[in-house]
Amino acid sequence: MHLRTIVWRELFERKNQLATSFLAILVGIAAIVSIKNVTFYSEKAVAKELDALGANILILPKSASLQGYYSADLQDEEFPEEYVTRLSSSDLQGLDNLSPKLSIPTEIEGKRFTLTGILPKSEFQAKAAWQGAGIFSRPQGCGTVVVDTTCNPPPVQETLVRRRIIETLGSTEALVGADVAIALGLKEGQTIKLLGKPFNIIAILPQTGTIDDSRIFVHLHTLQELTGKGSVLNAIEIVGCCNQISKGLVQKINKLLPDAKVVTITQVVDTQIKTNRMMSRLSLIFVAIIVLVGGASIANYMYANVFERRREIGTLMALGAGTSFILRMFLLKALLLGLAGGLGGYALGTVLAVTLGPRLAGIPVLPMWSLLAWGSGLSLAIALAASYFPARRAAHLDPSAVLQEV
Amino acid sequence: MLRMEAVTKIYDGRGRTVAGLRSVTLDISKGDFLCVVGPSGCGKSTLLLILGGMLSPTEGRVLLDGQSLYALSPDKRANLRREKIGFLFQTFNLVPYLSALENVQIPLVLAGLNGPCQKERAAALLQQVGLGDRLDHKPSELSVGQQQRVALARMLANNPEIILADEPTGNLDPDTSEQIVALLEEINKEGRTVVMVTHDPRFAVRAKRTVRLRTGSVVPEENKSPAPSKHCCPH
Repeated sequence: MHLRTIVWRELFERKNQLATSFLAILVGIAAIVSIKNVTFYSEKAVAKELDALGANILILPKSASLQGYYSADLQDEEFPEEYVTRLSSSDLQGLDNLSPKLSIPTEIEGKRFTLTGILPKSEFQAKAAWQGAGIFSRPQGCGTVVVDTTCNPPPVQETLVRRRIIETLGSTEALVGADVAIALGLKEGQTIKLLGKPFNIIAILPQTGTIDDSRIFVHLHTLQELTGKGSVLNAIEIVGCCNQISKGLVQKINKLLPDAKVVTITQVVDTQIKTNRMMSRLSLIFVAIIVLVGGASIANYMYANVFERRREIGTLMALGAGTSFILRMFLLKALLLGLAGGLGGYALGTVLAVTLGPRLAGIPVLPMWSLLAWGSGLSLAIALAASYFPARRAAHLDPSAVLQEV
Repeated sequence: MLRMEAVTKIYDGRGRTVAGLRSVTLDISKGDFLCVVGPSGCGKSTLLLILGGMLSPTEGRVLLDGQSLYALSPDKRANLRREKIGFLFQTFNLVPYLSALENVQIPLVLAGLNGPCQKERAAALLQQVGLGDRLDHKPSELSVGQQQRVALARMLANNPEIILADEPTGNLDPDTSEQIVALLEEINKEGRTVVMVTHDPRFAVRAKRTVRLRTGSVVPEENKSPAPSKHCCPH
């Protein structure tokens, strides 16, 4: 038998009290881990989006809300495709690239995905009016405000969709996001039926860690035809020259398209960053709450435990146990409680983040091992700190007093 | 071996002072079997706790093999108890969530003995007190007499030279009490010093010496003549 045997046996002697303290720390750590996990992937996704982003101006329906960058083009409202013509035939300076999009939610084999209609480069070139505006003829990248995309151009595959350099996309061709391909077991060359029409998958897009992973891209006009919506769009992404943006490009577009909402991507991303900051602050608030509630719960449990076991402590002292033995006995118990709370909290928090993260934040969330050390460390620190004074009280009990109690 | 020199213990509480012991001087030699008797509240348990290094006196000294007990730090006194003193309580004070075997192992854990040695010694002691078939029973699964025998085995685990027993038969029926006192006599015959507090005059006469306390003071010691009981130990 060892000290740990005594601690282990006693741990299950008063199960109800133990369960309350364990739950307090478990739930607290789970909440912190899940928030931190989702926030981390959300920030990462924003960074990736910005990194791969060509557009810096978004044209959305007037009533569009800016909940986040990921869902910026997922609006119920639409506006006419004619806006693209209006833009391209205008004399506005600083429009580098236009990317009209129509997105609709779709269900395939019981799973929800986003079907997005885009225009390949060849379509623009085919339209004389659009060519006249100089689209694709100007050097790319001069307009990126948020990120300088010209310094380190990412691999071609990654920019396939975000930078709109798809040369051609036939009316029966589709590009499939990585998550969609995994979920539906799709491969290049296969055929997929979308809105009743078969499409040939010409490429599976590489994993980007963004909402694009759960999208299927088809030709804009095919999607318009299949949905029966006519020539409408949800969004137009524009690459604008930064110096022109500062000279009032957004206001000029607003004037040109009074029935649309024109926002810079910085505004949209700001919303997302604000959400992330709020999540970070929320996790800090949770840390404070868990330190207070979890710590108070453990301290209370430990004080009660010392009080209930005072006769046992007195007996151990009579048998020759010193202060360090009694102190270790209670701190080892706290350590086990903290460790179990930390590990359990990490597991629960990770499951919550991985399952609820995609639904709440619209981003894929993966387990983070670094949070295991973080969660366990915090839990251990709280348990040990909260138990130190009760343990010290136990170690300094007067054995004669407790043994004389009837 | 064990000596109390003019030991006084004053309890302070609720604005009153109560004398637990008043200038008690006592010599207990090796192999002695001393019985402390007296009415409730006369200071018997206080005397035992002071002898065991668990309660510091207000005045006076307690010497164990020439070493002043209360000149030592509490942890050093705990070490001394572990090595030389065994306690036996009226309420047994077994750890409720440990088995009989594990309860006896506690002093061996404190002494740093390894697992197999602990088990071997604890099992042998339980066998010695007639509980060889109750090793894995928890205290709640044992009768009070069996519990006191487990406590006795636990007390003997570290082979103490001095046994301090605080009314060990107080909660037991006459037959079981007889068994416990007989076991204490046997232990004393092995050469260990036994100091037993008791209310029961039947067991008091079985000790080699009796000390009577009254309101914290020792009433002059009686040197006993051999008692008629077959259990009486001759001087």
